[in-house]
This record gives sequence, structure tokens and C-alpha cells, in this order.
Amino acid sequence: MSNRPSIGQPISRLEGPMKVTGSAKYSGEYNMPGLLHGYVVNSTIVRGEITSINTAEARALPGVIEIFTHENRPSLAWFNMQYSDMDAPPGSPFRPLYDKEIKYYGQPIALVVAETFELARYAASIVSVTYEEETFSTDIHTNLDKARAPKAGIAMALKPPPPKPKGDFDAAYNSSAAQASGEFFHGTEHHNPLELFTTTTVYEGDGKLTIYDKTQGTVNCQLYVGNVFGLHFKDVRVISPYVGGAFGAGLRPQYQLFMSVMAALELKRNVRVTLDRSQMFSFGYRPPTIQKTRFGADSDGHVTALNHEAFGQTSHFEDYTEVVVNWANMLYPAQNTLFKYDMVPLDVFSPLDMRAPGGSTGIHAIESTMDDLAYKLKIDPLQLRLINYSVDDVSMDRPYSSKELRQCYLQGAEKFGWDNRNPEPRSMRKGNKLVGYGMATGIWESMTIPARAEAIITKEGKLLVSSAVTDIGTGTLTVMTQIAADELGLTMDDVTFSYGDSKMPFAPIQGGSFTVSTVGSAIKAAGKALKKKLLKKAAGMSHSPFKNIEVEDVIFENGNIVSKQDPSVFISFVDIVAGNKGKEIKTINFSVPNVLKLKKYSRAAHSAAFVEVEVDEELGIVNVTRAVTAVAAGKIINPKTARSQILGGMVWGISKALREETITDHNFGKYMNTNLGEYHIPVHADIHELDVIFVDEKDEIVNELGSKGVGEIGLCAMPPAIANAIFHATGKRINQFPIHFDSLL
Amino acid sequence: MKNEIAVLEQKHETAAWMPGVTDVNLRINGEAYELKLQPWVSLLDALREYADLTGTKKGCDHGQCGACTVLCNGDRILSCLTLAVMQEGSEITTIEGIAKDGELHPLQKAFIEHDAFQCGYCTPGQICSAIGMLNENKASSRADVKELMSGNLCRCGANTNIIDAIMEVKEGGNHE
Repeated sequence: MSNRPSIGQPISRLEGPMKVTGSAKYSGEYNMPGLLHGYVVNSTIVRGEITSINTAEARALPGVIEIFTHENRPSLAWFNMQYSDMDAPPGSPFRPLYDKEIKYYGQPIALVVAETFELARYAASIVSVTYEEETFSTDIHTNLDKARAPKAGIAMALKPPPPKPKGDFDAAYNSSAAQASGEFFHGTEHHNPLELFTTTTVYEGDGKLTIYDKTQGTVNCQLYVGNVFGLHFKDVRVISPYVGGAFGAGLRPQYQLFMSVMAALELKRNVRVTLDRSQMFSFGYRPPTIQKTRFGADSDGHVTALNHEAFGQTSHFEDYTEVVVNWANMLYPAQNTLFKYDMVPLDVFSPLDMRAPGGSTGIHAIESTMDDLAYKLKIDPLQLRLINYSVDDVSMDRPYSSKELRQCYLQGAEKFGWDNRNPEPRSMRKGNKLVGYGMATGIWESMTIPARAEAIITKEGKLLVSSAVTDIGTGTLTVMTQIAADELGLTMDDVTFSYGDSKMPFAPIQGGSFTVSTVGSAIKAAGKALKKKLLKKAAGMSHSPFKNIEVEDVIFENGNIVSKQDPSVFISFVDIVAGNKGKEIKTINFSVPNVLKLKKYSRAAHSAAFVEVEVDEELGIVNVTRAVTAVAAGKIINPKTARSQILGGMVWGISKALREETITDHNFGKYMNTNLGEYHIPVHADIHELDVIFVDEKDEIVNELGSKGVGEIGLCAMPPAIANAIFHATGKRINQFPIHFDSLL
Repeated sequence: MKNEIAVLEQKHETAAWMPGVTDVNLRINGEAYELKLQPWVSLLDALREYADLTGTKKGCDHGQCGACTVLCNGDRILSCLTLAVMQEGSEITTIEGIAKDGELHPLQKAFIEHDAFQCGYCTPGQICSAIGMLNENKASSRADVKELMSGNLCRCGANTNIIDAIMEVKEGGNHE
């Protein structure tokens, strides 16, 4: 009997006991002997030059070790591209403490290093700085005349530009039987993982560093540190086993990493630098975005014309782009299209991918315009989606590798009770509350990129698998253990997955919903290679019954290789390693997606969200009382952790539609609500019934696991479903997020 | 941002004043800790930096996120909003002291079973807060529990699973 496959089982997180007992250590929790603490000083102007930094008073405090500024920092890499990283947009990456120039409000300008955290913080507060200020612009609304197309760069491999226009949009739109259009605005959002960005750098001597960092990419940070500080990569080890949330914030090395490493190298001491919550607003963010849509349909509801244009924000030094306008034609097969994405460079820091970047922005505009179109046509919004259902990706003129979105619509509607909806706005009530039902579609591309993994069979017959990948709370440890166990026919107890360490085989940054696909494929490849190697070793043993037998002729189960023909013929992994003079059997494998095969297909996860809102008629307060999201994302490796990913995405959708926004005072070019009391995210009392459905979806193209990734897809459909439900409840179409009570009064 | 403080502090003529190091005796998880620290050290930093009990988390340092929740004489408190020197004589319980003799507390088990966390960073605070909340005995419904747990933020969006876990233990009545 073979072991029950663990893939598809709702396995509880393997690190659960560590997390509930407080023994899981995050990057700021390695209390090394003689540890020094760094605190960063940030600029209080938006643009200009530092004319002086007076550190004398702070330096005089007993216990203050050093204060680094642009004037006394060590010499660093001079070539700006050495500050680049795996997620760097085209342009010139920001270089902390590089010179006296100030490019944005909150730019790090000094690091105080002291014996204690409290002292470093106090000393930082008495560093005085004078500036020569220049005029600045931080408001996208008033700078649309400066909009331009983004620069091309390698980032476009994962973030393609908008599809080229098709047909004749204007003619088709103007002659269409029904038209819907909208202007949308999303404010700035900050990732705000609950853990503060922290780096603890351990100075090992001989130029070697061990760095505990909060990151989504250990290798990414290793390369960055090596390049910037001129160290051999092998002398830089970045460890990040537990990451207290990231949501994209850890895709690029953040400045506390730079500061901590710089101080450790200069002082030859162990140094920790922790940002405070307000400093968590001083680097990347989801950019404010303006969008315009115009959709036209014939009288039967077929969408014939799609126009979607967006203006994103970026810095003056990098062209950060998002895929905002590419989705409409991936969903709806119109033949006349016009898509445009421009950016407005401002005196701000570069934006940074934040959970479902671009998708959660663009899909709101698309799906709220579709909702509007449904009302114009007097067709049920769900029915309108079904009328325009396409099995192919018309934008790329190729089929989907799989697409069970129809099942998402049908199963989601059934579970939600969509049939009970009275289509008339303001027609449903519960006491003094207006009740609204809304739905929307979600889509997120399924990407796979190359990665390596190592697999070892020990002399005890156990499987060790490793990858440099992090686990930012997505369940990577558990899921990779499942994949490895199934590949070798072992129980999960016989498998140890090691991760979160740049010394381990290469993994890319953890984002874009591509970790299962990418690292999972590498582990499968390593497992396959290991099986071949085990069989070869077995065949090479004296009196081996496995001579001249191919891997197809055996099965791997319970730590044995068993002949398919004669199950009484088997050899244990333990015996194979013993026959190998007790030396463990090991492989390291690189997995590269088959681009030629993949490019014949579009690959995407889909979802449908159904939402009920209650809106207080007098006070305008909105409550999402229940929601169902049905997801088609291929094979679900672990339904328990995957469900949590979708639930998390749904909560983010509620937050995006109704709560979170970083508000800028453009007179001062600074954020006004840089704390968790005023940057609102949902609390427990805001979250009610949430339901998740995974529909069956087989995909033999996307990767060998048939799994598409679920980190983003749970968020994509929720915000428009909420906005559409609010329209249904109130008759008011609010296209500016977050939707606040005042717009409903 | 903190430089507003910097502007105010610039008015100081000198910065000669510095708090001295004092002995602080704390009882944490039933054990005595003799710490040497300055009186401006919060209980949170005392736990994390001086007692090496890093299970208690710092998410904001301003009493806004709940990640630093510990039990103080059985009551849930925000350890970032109290100074260590103020807690001499108190019985502090942190997440490290919740499991007894290697046996997980029912809430800890329920959190694992319900997948009531993702990144795990808010988890110690959620668990300590839930124990304190159940001890308060003010919650009679799921809605009450949600309201009374709303001082503990979860950015991963595990909210429904967290409340499911707490409700299971509350209804089981085995939370001590």
C-alpha cells in the first residue's frame, strides 16, 4: 500500500506550535552578545539639500557609539546599478546616505548607533538638520500633464505593457447599444505588515556577515549586500525563517538592511536596526492611481468595445509600473479595444508591489463598469458575465491553459443565494439598513520562474529538502513538505524542509503568487532526480534485483523502492545509503519552466466574489455582512492554508474598498496618518461571514503540479463586488476608494 | 514622522540628563528576573531585549496594534504602554508561559487547528488577549468576542479563523 498522498489534504501548518508558543524567532529577535541598536533619522523636507547635520549633542551622550550620515559614511559602490535587486523597476535605485540630496519626505538621512534602543531613539531625536528646500510636487491629480509612458526594462517580463489597440474602439463604442463609463481613484496604501522592518547583522569577523532580515528574498538581499558593500557573496549569509507579514514590502531590500550592514561593517560589531511604525511609511507603497473606463455592448449584452486607461504614480528615479489595464480583454472577448497606461513621476519614493499589484486596482474599474453596464442593459450582472464568457484569452489570441471561472460563478452564486436578489437598487432592507448584493470577477496571472532545490536521503532513510525561499505566512513550509513527501512516496513525518537561508539553493523573491509553482516545481525536479539516483545506486549494489530497471518500472513508497512487476521485490532507502558506504544520496536541481510550451497558453487563476452589504441609511456606515469567493486556481495543495490565503485576500478586499488609505497633505508633501490608529485596517468587529469555495480545475500546462497559486486571487474580485453591492443597496456608484460614509449621505 | 519630535527637541540647550540604570525585579511566567535597565524602558522592551522573551511582539510601540499584549495579574495589558519599573511585584505572563509542562493551552491548540494565523506575528498577542478576554467574562456572543478582541489587529486577515478558534474554546469552557 502506498502512503496516502498529502497533496490535497488540509494539513495544519507545521510551524504552528512555534508560532503559538512564541518560540518562532523573527529578524529582530536574535539577541546577540554586545548587540548595538540603530535608529534612523528621516528627512523632514520633500526635496532639496541637506546644508548641515549637527550630531555633536547626540554624540556626546554616553552610550552613543556612532552617527552615520552622508558626510561620514564609508565609501560604497559608486555604480548605481549595484544597488539594484530582483524587483527593481527600470531606473536608478535609491542609495541611502549617498549624498546631501533629498528626493522625498521621510528619506533616511542618518543612523544613530547606541548601546540601547531607547538611547538610539533619543539620540536620533536630538540630531538637528538644516536644509535648503526646493519646490516639489506630490499630487498626481494636479500633475497629469506630466504623464508619460513608462521606460522599457527587464521588469516588463513579469509586467507586460498594455495590449496593442484592436479594431476601431471609437466607432464601436459610439455605435454600441449600451454604454458604461467611469472615472476611478485609488489612494496610496502601505503594506503595513504587523512586524516592523528589522535587520540584525552579526559581525562574524574576516569580512563575513550573518544577517537576520525581514525579507521576501534571502538571495535577493544577499546579492544586494554583496554588491553595495563589495563583499563576496559567499561571505554574506541572509537568514529569514519567520517573516511577520510582508505583502510585497519585503520584495526589495529595505533601508534598515543597508543601515544595519553598514554599521556592523564599520564598527565591527553586531548591529540591529528596527524601523518604527511611522518609518514603515517611508519606503514603497501601492501607488495612487487614476483610471478611466468606457465599455460598449450590443443589445444582447455582448461587450463590443473596451477602453481602459490608467495613470499611476512613480518616483523621479525609477519607473515603477503595474499591470492595471491588461485585464479587461483577458476576461471579455471584445474585438475593439484601446488600453493605455501612463505614469506621473513625482517627488516621492518609488511605489512597490503590494498584494495583487495592478490587478486589485484595475479589476475594480473593470468590474464596476461591467456592473454599470448590466444596469444599463437591464441584465443581471452575473448573467452579463456569462453572456461574455470566453474560454480563450482574446487579448493574446490564445487559449487558457485551464479556466473554470464558469464554475466559480455558478457555485459561488448558489452558495451565496444570488437568486434572492431583487435587481432594483434600494429595494432590499433590513430594519433601517439598506441591503445590497454585489458580485465581481477576479483574475490573476499564474507565473513560474526558475529556481533550484536540493534533496537528500539520509542514512536513516529520511528526506531533507531545501531552498532559500522564505515563508511569509503563506504556508510555504507545509506545502513544500507535502510536495516533497508525495514525490518520494514518504509520509510528511519523514521529510524535513529547510528554507529561509541564502546558503540554500537559489530561490527568487517570494511574490506574485508564484512560489508554489516555482519552488514546488524545483522540489519536484529534485525529487525526480533523487529517485533516479536512488534507483541507480540500488542497481549498482551486488545481487541487485533492480539491474536494468527503469524508474517507470518501480514505485517509491514508505521509504522503499518496490518493483511494480513483483511487489515482493524491494529495497529500502536505508539499505541503499548503507550500500553507498553510508554516504547520503544527494541531488541539486534547477527547474526552468518550458517557455515554448507555456507561451501557447494564457495562464491565470480566476475567482468570483459575491458580497452582501448593509448600509445604515441615516449614517452611511457600510458593513460587509457576508461574502463568498469561489476560486479556480488549479490543484490546491493544502486546502487549509490555501483557504486562509483566500480569506486573507477577502479581508484585504474589504480593507481596500472601505478602510485603508495613506493620506497625503500635498502642501507639505507628507503623509498624515503614519500610524495604525489612523491608517485603518479592519478589526475583528469589522469582519463577518466569509466563505471560500475551491472549484475543481485540472491544468496540465501551467506546471507539473497543476497549481496556480492563491496569494493574490482572493483579493482581486472583492473590492468591486463591495462597490457594486453598495450601488445595489444605495443607488450610488462610488468609484473612489476607500468608500467612506460621507459619500453615501 | 519622528522628526517633528526632533524639531521640538532641538530647543534643548544641552542633553546632559540621562536616566540611570536601576535594578528591576520582575516575575515573569512564575520566574524571578533581575534586570538592570533604565526607567524609560517599556515592559515590552524589557521582555524582548533584557529578558530575551521575544515571544511578545512589537508592532507599533503605541498601543494601537495589540501585538504586545501580555497578562499582568491575569488582566490583559499592552506591554508597550507600561514601563518595566512600574511592574515590579506584578505577576506577568507572556506567551512563553501559556503552555503548561509542554502541554499547549486549549487556545493554542485551537489556533493551530483553525489556522488562526498566517505570519504568526500577531498570534502571541491574540492568544494572551483572548485568555484575558475570556477571564473578564463579559462576552456572551460571537459579536461580543469580535468587539472585545478588536484591539488586536491581524494584517494577514485571519480574523474569522481567530474568532472561530476563540469561540471553540469559549464554548468548550476549558480556558481556565
